[in-house]
Amino acid sequence: MTDKRAEERYCLGIESSADDFSVGISTFNGKILANVIDAYVPAEGGIHPREAARHHADVASKVLGAAVEESGVKPPKLSVIAFSQGPGLGPCLRTGATVARALASYLKIPLVGINHCVAHIEIGKLETGTKNPLTLYVSGGNTMVVAFDAGRYRVFGETLDIALGNCLDVFAREAGLHQKPGLPFGALVEKLAQSGKQLIKLPYTVKGMDVSLSGLLTAVVALFRKGEYSLEDVCFSLQETAFSMVTEVTERALAHTGRDEVLLTGGVAANKRLQSMIRSVAREHNARFDVVPTRFAIDNGAMIAWTGVLAYTHGTVTAIEKSQVRLRWRLEEVEIPWLQ
Amino acid sequence: MKQPVLMKKGAEANLYLADWNGRKVVLKKRLPKEYRPKLMDEQIRAYRTIHEPQLMHEAKKAGVPTPIIFLVDHKNTTIIMEYIEGKQVKQLLNEISKNQRQSLCFRIGELIGRLHEYGIVHGDLTTSNLIQRSEGKIFFLDFGLGDKTKELEARGVDLHLMKRALQSTHYKFADECFESAIEGYSTILKSETSENVLDKIREIERRGRYVAERKERE
Repeated sequence: MTDKRAEERYCLGIESSADDFSVGISTFNGKILANVIDAYVPAEGGIHPREAARHHADVASKVLGAAVEESGVKPPKLSVIAFSQGPGLGPCLRTGATVARALASYLKIPLVGINHCVAHIEIGKLETGTKNPLTLYVSGGNTMVVAFDAGRYRVFGETLDIALGNCLDVFAREAGLHQKPGLPFGALVEKLAQSGKQLIKLPYTVKGMDVSLSGLLTAVVALFRKGEYSLEDVCFSLQETAFSMVTEVTERALAHTGRDEVLLTGGVAANKRLQSMIRSVAREHNARFDVVPTRFAIDNGAMIAWTGVLAYTHGTVTAIEKSQVRLRWRLEEVEIPWLQ
Repeated sequence: MKQPVLMKKGAEANLYLADWNGRKVVLKKRLPKEYRPKLMDEQIRAYRTIHEPQLMHEAKKAGVPTPIIFLVDHKNTTIIMEYIEGKQVKQLLNEISKNQRQSLCFRIGELIGRLHEYGIVHGDLTTSNLIQRSEGKIFFLDFGLGDKTKELEARGVDLHLMKRALQSTHYKFADECFESAIEGYSTILKSETSENVLDKIREIERRGRYVAERKERE
């Protein structure tokens, strides 16, 4: 360790677990100096892992350059490189890991592999100032209700099958919607749902503190194909049903853990209707409600950089030969030495 | 009735302690949830209010202690039931020895076995829904998410949920507790059936996201 002050030490973080390639730079005292995100938008269909990885490789040097410029931090001034080591899509993770290894070797500085889910929670806490929240993390790949206890983040509830974001995305695709950069499927469904009026009954599946969304997806696609209801009403009913389910399990976990802060993060956190539902249960249980700003709620490099700072300053370093990506790295497996 | 006292503000319902015709009772009132649409909310609350006492009654037939139901007021989505004086298994597990934990979990496993054999799944097998009365009887509460079914899938999910609840709340001895529960469970159901349920649990785990078992196969 050098004796430089925290604000003059920097960590560069690389995120590439799914469709976004992103580089962020954070000071050791949690000031985010850069957060550049380049999203891969497939012309058709879902994310093809190898095509997304090719996108990441194509934009890597451009995004790195932009992040360095945005931060004003010259690479030799970096202290550590952090990267998203998992969970996620193999080819995508490997592309980010390769860039990270190359940078760390070239600059002769340590490398730190970060769990993607931990990073979502830590950036949320940093940006909102929450200390020990119950976190609802909802994205294209994850749906979980999490709280820290005794050294680790514990998963109290999660999806038994597909993620909430995935459910919305697949429906949107089936309904023939087209996403554009800056206007993802989730936002399209949200917009349509706002003009929906009629609530159509759909499967509502809560099992303990877990939800199951695959039955709902099948039913809502079938409903749309029947063509008896407007797309607006179908989107409205889908959102109301799916969001009520995750809100119910969040409330269950909140009552169970007795936390006084609720944090909403992940790509779906941008949805205003979901925010209002989670805010409502937080209020009901006298808990503070916070939602992570969208640029830090979607997959981003800043969260990896900041969690890299936390891990590195608490003695975590990942040797190059142990830096292989971990596709199914479960949140509960990660020790969190920076929390008591 | 004397003024009921709020005992617990749960996620789904408020529990009030009250005196009802000279008996100590619990009022379980499912309150409207502001976050979901009114129609959906009413349907969910009405369904669970009627369904829960039915399952509690069925559970007794299966030989599993549950509070006595005195009144179901579906208009006010309220159930009036016997108050069980005892200790939550959630606390109990932290206070007893390893041997006591094993035998407690074994007995819980036996009771779950009886429920499943009779065709009931509980739907929310957390340790806060289990109460041991002073004489030792274990009561099952909170059947709001339960179901009448003998499907393998439902049984597997039921036990999988219990395993997960143990892991998040009792991580220090989750594995030994679950193992003892499974031992007890397997004494009730036919060995072939309980083997199938155990296979199902493993299948559900593999289906899950980012699980160790699937990881090994990569």
